[in-house]
Amino acid sequence: MTGPRSRRGIARGLATAGQLGPAALWLVLFLLVPLALVVQFSFATRDTGAARAVLPWTTLPYRTALDPAFLPIFWRTLVYATVTTAACLVLAFPLAWFIARHGGRFRTVLLALVLIPFWASYLARVYAWKALLDGDGPINRLLDLVGLGRAGGYLLTDTAVVLGLTYGFLPFMVLPLYVACVRFDHQLVEASYDLGHGRLGTFFRVVLPGVLPGILAGALLVLVPAAGDFVTPSLLGGVDQSTFGSVVDDQFGGGNNWPLGSAMAVLLLILVVVALLARGRRGEDVL
Amino acid sequence: MSAAPRLGRRSQGSDSGARRADGRPVGRRRAVRRPWRLGAAAVAVYVFLYAPILWLALVSFNDSRTLSTLTGFSLRWYVELANDERVMSALLLSLRLAAVSAVIATLIGTLAAFGLRRAFRGRGLWTTVLALPLVVPEVVLGVSLLAFCVQLLGIPLGFGALLLAHVTFSLSYVVVVVRARLAGLDPRIEEAAADLGAGPLTRWRTVTLPLIAPAVGAGAAFAFVLSFDDVVTSGYLTGVGSTTLPVFVYGQARRGVSPEVVALSTAMVAASAAVLLLGVLVTVLRARRAGRSAARDVLSTAS
Repeated sequence: MTGPRSRRGIARGLATAGQLGPAALWLVLFLLVPLALVVQFSFATRDTGAARAVLPWTTLPYRTALDPAFLPIFWRTLVYATVTTAACLVLAFPLAWFIARHGGRFRTVLLALVLIPFWASYLARVYAWKALLDGDGPINRLLDLVGLGRAGGYLLTDTAVVLGLTYGFLPFMVLPLYVACVRFDHQLVEASYDLGHGRLGTFFRVVLPGVLPGILAGALLVLVPAAGDFVTPSLLGGVDQSTFGSVVDDQFGGGNNWPLGSAMAVLLLILVVVALLARGRRGEDVL
Repeated sequence: MSAAPRLGRRSQGSDSGARRADGRPVGRRRAVRRPWRLGAAAVAVYVFLYAPILWLALVSFNDSRTLSTLTGFSLRWYVELANDERVMSALLLSLRLAAVSAVIATLIGTLAAFGLRRAFRGRGLWTTVLALPLVVPEVVLGVSLLAFCVQLLGIPLGFGALLLAHVTFSLSYVVVVVRARLAGLDPRIEEAAADLGAGPLTRWRTVTLPLIAPAVGAGAAFAFVLSFDDVVTSGYLTGVGSTTLPVFVYGQARRGVSPEVVALSTAMVAASAAVLLLGVLVTVLRARRAGRSAARDVLSTAS
């Protein structure tokens, strides 16, 4: 209790504080304080002259943001985000499982292969889809052959937006899932078969719960950015595909209503908090 | 304990071969069977990942200004790219910004990953705070820093504001990557070093750091790319004369997609693929050399 041990304890505490300190300070100063400022703005009055926000306090921004006029945007944002998350999960699972279980010594290479396309600029990737989905782009012409073609292609549709979002955020699902799959004890699968579960039973009762932390972490990493994104909807969708992110962008960019933009941003932040809480302890050790 | 009855489908046809008393087959054969359906699904996802990139590469050598139809081979977009001064100055700014922010993020992020290793009160809270930038939507981060810089600090937008933002969002990636590696580290290695008399600093320099170096490198690469590619957050913080490449591209693209951008992306992907290939090559060569010297050791002790 006394003497060298507790002194070592203090030294360790100091070391930890020293290690964590710079990052913690950085995030408090340049993440938490700015976010708090946005929360404050969301209760402020619009100053039409300078596009800024001033006190006194009001709840008008929230009343505007929750106006029925914005309701379709709210739903669209939610649908885009959830469908994108589900699509990413469906695509990422076989890939992560395959790399973790059968990658052998090529694991790192296979994982890196997932990331290489993302070295191309984000915008270029969205444009690639724009070109592919265009009316006389390759996909539409291919679909024409089997009779599924669409006049004008699939650009400016919800499908295009979800496709672009899925493509954009897929690695954020693959990476945590891969970590969970690597940690997953494969003998459990053998045991499950031995105890009489079939393929499906084993998948739903053994594998899925086993990699759940990875799924939760991945879902968090895809859902929230997908909900906040506005570049993909604005490039692949049309004017009818605006999302929460676009509204925030409009209000801070051209619309000049910082309080309203802030209120929308706060609503997005609430989504973050809900998702963080939903992830719970189990997802924490993957993220 | 007797062997449980095997009811699963899998164990039925594969009963030939040597087995241990507990019924498990000898050797690792069963564990490494290659299921073709899973493999096919994985290949399909890779196709999905690469098809757009390959299309970009094709189009970048295309004669036409449209991105959806191929007309003929040409290098004109690469030539125009090299001659475009605004692109080049934006590129330089982006590279500088990515390098500086990656260095800062890697330094403080790696330190923080170490800090989270030991249990202490409030660890859960700091873990969440450090992961927060991963899940705060980019628009929100962008506008909050805009408000912070303009209205609270009154500092001009530009390189400094961009640097604040870029370190903030890449920091978390470094922490996640390095933490994962630290978690996989066998603590006995460090304990052994301590038992052999290495002080904390020596231990860190000669044992821990080399072991986590790949993760630190990966974190730095992540930070660099994230910064280099960011358009949303940066869009709010670029000042006059300090436009990053993605922001410049986005501004241009609203008037129509330019094949120059496509050429630029193709060049970037090619460069990163080359770096990766080089890394694989070095790893393979080093493994082979290590294998050869190990074989030599065995031979010399045997003779």
